[in-house]
Amino acid sequence: MSFQLPDLPYAYEALEPHIDSLTMNIHHTKHHNTYITNVNGVLGGENGAPIKGLSLEAMQGAVSTLPDNIKTAVRNSGGGHYNHCMFWTVMGGVGTANSAPFGELKEKIDGTFGALDEMKKLFNTAAATRFGSGWAWLCVAEDKSLYITSTPNQDNPLMTGIADKPGTPILGLDVWEHAYYLKYRNLRADYIAAFWNVVNWDKVVENYESALSGGTAVFDVPLA
Amino acid sequence: MNSIVRKSARLGYLAWSSGRRALATGLTSQSLPDLRYDYGALEPVISGDIMEIHHSKHHATYVANYNKAAEGLLDALEKGDVEKVTSAQSAIKFNGGGHLNHSIFWQNLAPISRGGGEVPTDGALLEKINAEFVTVDNMISRFNTMTAGVQGSGWGWLAYDSAKDSLVLTTCPNQDPLASTGLVPLLGIDVWEHAYYLQYKNARPSYLKEIWKVVNWADVAARYKAASA
Repeated sequence: MSFQLPDLPYAYEALEPHIDSLTMNIHHTKHHNTYITNVNGVLGGENGAPIKGLSLEAMQGAVSTLPDNIKTAVRNSGGGHYNHCMFWTVMGGVGTANSAPFGELKEKIDGTFGALDEMKKLFNTAAATRFGSGWAWLCVAEDKSLYITSTPNQDNPLMTGIADKPGTPILGLDVWEHAYYLKYRNLRADYIAAFWNVVNWDKVVENYESALSGGTAVFDVPLA
Repeated sequence: MNSIVRKSARLGYLAWSSGRRALATGLTSQSLPDLRYDYGALEPVISGDIMEIHHSKHHATYVANYNKAAEGLLDALEKGDVEKVTSAQSAIKFNGGGHLNHSIFWQNLAPISRGGGEVPTDGALLEKINAEFVTVDNMISRFNTMTAGVQGSGWGWLAYDSAKDSLVLTTCPNQDPLASTGLVPLLGIDVWEHAYYLQYKNARPSYLKEIWKVVNWADVAARYKAASA
């Protein structure tokens, strides 16, 4: 069994002008693909037994328990694969999905943060102040509350024993420089602001509902 | 009218007293060092675009944010605000480290016309590299493998360990300054994506292969000489 690169749910240029086509292409075909090659390398290698048969999602929670000879590689490449699979699906071209949260999630956001804009401000701060490489996340905690956090490198909140604030991410934003540099250069804040234009709230609501019933973000993980 | 006069007098006093406090405590603002070469001088190895943004935006921001963090720390120290003192540490480390690292980096590089890429053919540094790595090429190969493997953002370093009188190849994450490890920096290569992405995209190994063409070996040798004296 090995992981395969999922297709994007849209064309590379679909998120223009907010995220440029070239970035989407390189991000998907090079960066994400490399994480998959590397995690498959661990899976197929002589030390891969502890992760064989684990779903990608289960692998995240298992990282902290893995033997030293594969832990870092799985943390980086297994984390990278999960994070990017999720990332592609929480975005979509302008007008292709709801452009704001609705239903229970909307109520929860308003109840927790006061308003969507207040949630965005906190999220933006988390994304802007993550030093170096990493991700910003909107998550559901074990007690079903909503919170915002960020993680370094390819960590994610599913990595219990590693993440500062473990929980179930329902929306994530990649703030590695490769995610925005070609178009935004050093202006990470502009990229973060633009991101909200392409968030697929249909998917985020679906992820939220899944998290409420004990699941995680909903996306395909193609296998060979 | 009175309140305007009072306000400007107060602002004037604050500026004066801040300056006076700075003098008294020795708090010195850091400033962005000039490059010794034009932004385009390292072409085609590192593009002028990258050099300009890297120096005038990224490094400049580390300097500005370090100064801000240092002022805030001084203020918190004076007020005995332990919470604020403690929480100021990460900003100092990020930005101070960024400033230190990039200041070294610009000197570690030179245009090809001014010695960039000229591996030493004699001298103490060459002897030391040969003694510990057999050849310069071997050292470069190991340096590049190590540095290509940095996860996320960070730096690759050729360093000197004074306690052991030996050269060391090591990496640091983010902007963690090498000096915190007790090692002396000789040559650092920035592998934050901003250092190469516009030109090399995801091909970090290609950037690492090319950058040796503009390494300022004279600077590296001078640092080694000073460190091993």
